[in-house]
Amino acid sequence: MENLFQEVVFWMLAVITVGAALAVVHTQDMFRATLALVVSFLGVAGIFVLLNAEFIAVVQVLVYAGGVSVLVIFAVMVTRDVPEGNRNTRVQPLALVSAAGLLLALIYAVVEAQWTVLPDDLPGPVAAALVDSPAQLGQLLLNEFVLPFEIAGIVLLAAVVGALGLVRER
Amino acid sequence: MLERLLILSAVLFCIGLYGALSRRHLIAVLISIEIMFNAVNIAFVAVSRYVTPAALRVGGGVTGPVEPLVLVGQSFALFVIVVAAAEVALGLALVIAMVRRKDTVDISEINLMRG
Repeated sequence: MENLFQEVVFWMLAVITVGAALAVVHTQDMFRATLALVVSFLGVAGIFVLLNAEFIAVVQVLVYAGGVSVLVIFAVMVTRDVPEGNRNTRVQPLALVSAAGLLLALIYAVVEAQWTVLPDDLPGPVAAALVDSPAQLGQLLLNEFVLPFEIAGIVLLAAVVGALGLVRER
Repeated sequence: MLERLLILSAVLFCIGLYGALSRRHLIAVLISIEIMFNAVNIAFVAVSRYVTPAALRVGGGVTGPVEPLVLVGQSFALFVIVVAAAEVALGLALVIAMVRRKDTVDISEINLMRG
């Protein structure tokens, strides 16, 4: 029964996410495309919850659905009355073919690969780590990954200072 | 379950790739790249949930507690989110700088570095 529920939720989220992503790519109006992007982000957050990654799901909602989408909407508003010209590049058919080809190759690779998948009822320590994931993630980030963690902070600082420098009025 | 998650990730990635290659609007290209980042994150978290501990059992050679290593994929997803946030902040600053300078958001008209 619980499995059936999970299946239904997964398919609903997958359809919402992919449909919203297609809307982002196809909508002419940039503001509507951004709203579809928010729907896609929320669908991905739902999939993270299904995967026992609640902390990533919360970060996804805060950073993407909250921060990134607001930034994008601001940029869309600022560039609202700039002429847009043609909608698609000259290489659009080529892009379609290469994206479809890559999709087929990826699906073939995923289906053909031999995955050693965990059983549905997880072994004890693994399940415990997943349940307690925010605390365990904190441990991991400040022990194993402390150098990438600090570098990520510097990257963010540099990006924000760089963004300010780029848009400064001269 | 793992296969269908990875296929969902591949579908999202290819939609984003198609958008990034085919649209002319600068912001459209940026948000297509955001969709690609999201697809990669789904793959990271799915593999972290379904595969990592088995790999730990086979690989061995791990010292210290094993439990946090279950979440390596999730911490990779966090780093991807950080880089994506930095990328979108810089990218939108570039968009605004380009609108001020050339009054266009069409990527095919941006050729400052053409020789």
